[in-house]
Amino acid sequence: MGSDLNPLPTFAPRKVNPSELMSSTIRIRKGADIRLKGRASSVVESAPASLKHAILPEDFHGVIPKMAVRPGDVVQAGQAVFHDKYKPEVQYLSPISGTVSDIVRGAKRRILAVEIEADGQDSRKSFDVPKVSSASREELVSLLSAGGWFGFIRQRPFDVPADPGVTPRSIHISGFNSAPLAPETSVVMEGRMEDFQTGIDLLSKLAGNGGVHLGVKSGDSTFNAVSGVNKATFDGPHPAGNVGVQIHHTFPINAGEVVWTMNYEDVANLGAFIRTGTFAPERVIAACGSQHVAPKHFKIRLGAQVSSILAGTSVDDNSRVISGDALTGRRVMADGYIGAFAQQVTVMPEGNKPKFLLTEGWLSPGLDKFSLSRAYPTWLMPKAKEYDLDTNANGEPRAFVVTGQYEQVFPFDIYPVQLLKSIMVNDIESMEKLGIYEVAPEDFALCEYSCTSKINVQQVVREGLDTLKQELG
Amino acid sequence: MKFLENMLDNLRPHFEEGGKLSRFWVVYDSLETFAFTPGHATHNGVHIRDGIDLKRTMFLVIVALIPALLFGTFNQGHQYYLSIGEVTAADPLTAMLWAKLWIGLQKVLPLIIVSYGVGLGIEFVFAGINKHSINEGYLVSGMLIPLIMPVDVPLWMVAVAVAFAVIIAKEVFGGTGMNILNVALTARAFLFFAYPKQLSGEIWIHNIKETGGLVDGYTGATALGHLASTVGKDQALPEVQNVMSMFNADGMFSLTNSFFGLIPGSIGETSALAILIGAAILIWTGIGSWKVMSSFFVGGLAMAGIFNLMGLNAYMTIPAIHQVVMGGFMFGMVFMATDPVTASQTETGKWIYGFFGGFLSIMIRVFNPAYPEGVMMAILFMNVMAPLIDHYVVGANIKRRERRLAARAIPATA
Repeated sequence: MGSDLNPLPTFAPRKVNPSELMSSTIRIRKGADIRLKGRASSVVESAPASLKHAILPEDFHGVIPKMAVRPGDVVQAGQAVFHDKYKPEVQYLSPISGTVSDIVRGAKRRILAVEIEADGQDSRKSFDVPKVSSASREELVSLLSAGGWFGFIRQRPFDVPADPGVTPRSIHISGFNSAPLAPETSVVMEGRMEDFQTGIDLLSKLAGNGGVHLGVKSGDSTFNAVSGVNKATFDGPHPAGNVGVQIHHTFPINAGEVVWTMNYEDVANLGAFIRTGTFAPERVIAACGSQHVAPKHFKIRLGAQVSSILAGTSVDDNSRVISGDALTGRRVMADGYIGAFAQQVTVMPEGNKPKFLLTEGWLSPGLDKFSLSRAYPTWLMPKAKEYDLDTNANGEPRAFVVTGQYEQVFPFDIYPVQLLKSIMVNDIESMEKLGIYEVAPEDFALCEYSCTSKINVQQVVREGLDTLKQELG
Repeated sequence: MKFLENMLDNLRPHFEEGGKLSRFWVVYDSLETFAFTPGHATHNGVHIRDGIDLKRTMFLVIVALIPALLFGTFNQGHQYYLSIGEVTAADPLTAMLWAKLWIGLQKVLPLIIVSYGVGLGIEFVFAGINKHSINEGYLVSGMLIPLIMPVDVPLWMVAVAVAFAVIIAKEVFGGTGMNILNVALTARAFLFFAYPKQLSGEIWIHNIKETGGLVDGYTGATALGHLASTVGKDQALPEVQNVMSMFNADGMFSLTNSFFGLIPGSIGETSALAILIGAAILIWTGIGSWKVMSSFFVGGLAMAGIFNLMGLNAYMTIPAIHQVVMGGFMFGMVFMATDPVTASQTETGKWIYGFFGGFLSIMIRVFNPAYPEGVMMAILFMNVMAPLIDHYVVGANIKRRERRLAARAIPATA
């Protein structure tokens, strides 16, 4: 233990017997489903073509972009736009053909977005794809590197884009998203199962001895026909769909081990890449939230503008548009872009108005508040009741006072408060001992939601991961 | 409420940086956030937040204290009239109800005012110096302190004790959430050690020093005080027998009287019933840890049960259930041991912490007659031990992870 921890896998490989991992349903008891208003109907429409698409380096945490294009350059779908300065083999490709219209920079000239104006041609760069079953691992790694896939494969520890130079112990895919108002797997995967299988076949050639693992939602039959993967069934509230939770309950990450994770939709996109030899990743986005006029799903090309799926929904200062879910998503302006990993765009009311203590504040009955504590009557309400929550913080930041709160929504054998405190005091040895390499900020989202003291838990976790990566990297 | 909002908005510039009253920003800020949950929207991290905040949490603890407060107010008057013989134990409780409440109110209200006045005053000063906003922690401490005071304690002593507790037990550690010792108990312990003479004997019943015509048998001592006087004496001595007879079914400190709280004692501690109503509120709303409370209760019963079996002196023969409804045990269990900041912070740790808190309370009470109020010492001791308990609980988790790693690292054999 300690600083001698090696980020490269040093574990002695052990053949994992799939029967060891194939168990009956794993029941996640800790957690909570926040019942928001505005669930998308199962309709899937093709979104109107977005005028612009963008690649946002922010989506790929830790990447320092080294630009490969300049404003005015004409690009094809699949053409590299930038790569990681320190890992040039991790490339980021344009999802659409058109002209690079702008490279948006923020403070300290940090690149915020590479915008591409679509030309409507959808001309695609074609890749030379070998036969997956007979190709060597090296060939496949360089194919994925050229195809820009390493940005979409994430690694733990650190929750950052995967390093192509590492053989991961195992690869984990969560087959469902349990976040508030997230789309159903069956809707997203409609007609994409062959591509998904192709993606799995490829990933199983990249994984180490630990193999490929798929977490399936109890009662969901979407993945029944998928083979060549270790399946585990999960039942329970959010965050049961978080891949970190699934890894922890099936095949926990030990110090020194590296695993890769990938969204199930991206596995299908990877399969489509293999099938067509072109890069044109799709997303089914749930346009949801109480302020959406008609919540439903849209099929988009990666990086589309938020506005392309907001038709008819009025967005002003009193509404918040979130690329992603209400717990982990990113706030975007109406002319912003849908993030690379977002499966939904949530629109909800802003909470920028003061709340008088007796009517809406801390002394109110709070019938419309959704609380995981029993200090408000949420727990006495019918389970079907949905809540129109706003973005008010409902209180001010305070020191840690209440205990036992995070533990109720944190389904890991890890002490969340103690881990956070070790991060806050920058005690690297304790962070490692307390299991930081198993978690990502998203796993703490519900802790942050439920926090009486309004602590920015996810940000703290991210800082801890960054510190650790810097120390060990 | 637009009116109030506008008023606060108009006042705001005076208190802001550069305004005439900017040094009182903390006062303005705490009043404004008291009336209105600010319109602060989330900006990074989660976009939605749970309705709960520290104000609501602390308010619910205050609500849970109300039964004990009301009963204590009544009981202090009741004890007063009992001591001067104007009512007897045989009279209905409602006899002279208003007079009793009036006496109680005259005693309790000043204590509450002094406690909040001094405590919050210090909090405001520290918040001003540190440029923090006021934490709500003292709202509860400020109510707990009067409830664990003897009724005739001089107000200046309370003021000194509050100042000591808030500054030394809390602010020097960084304020709410950072303290190691329970603030209210520190105030009580300070009085106990700093003014032992003034705090013994004759302050448990209002005006007992001045009223000459005491009824027979009224010494004004608490149940624990009486019992402490028996320690080290032969059980057969008449004076010991006298004390023990008070704990019989028809005695002053009978199980019934102790449970309902019609006995002398600190203002809020006497009625196990009122305290248990508070406990129900805390557990029902999830604010107080049922783990700490239940293990504390079991710990107390266990120690008292062991004493029953040993039966070495008169004190040890008090039945276990009678032991735990007397003195400050119940109050400490429900309102002091459950303080989340000073209790064990891990769920496993809470069981251990609670159990030993209860266990030690009875042990100290019986073994050391110099400290009749064992629960105070026991909880303060467990406050100090809580980080150690957590250390071992978390250590077990770390070991588990290390073992898992070791198990994986064994090379596969064919």
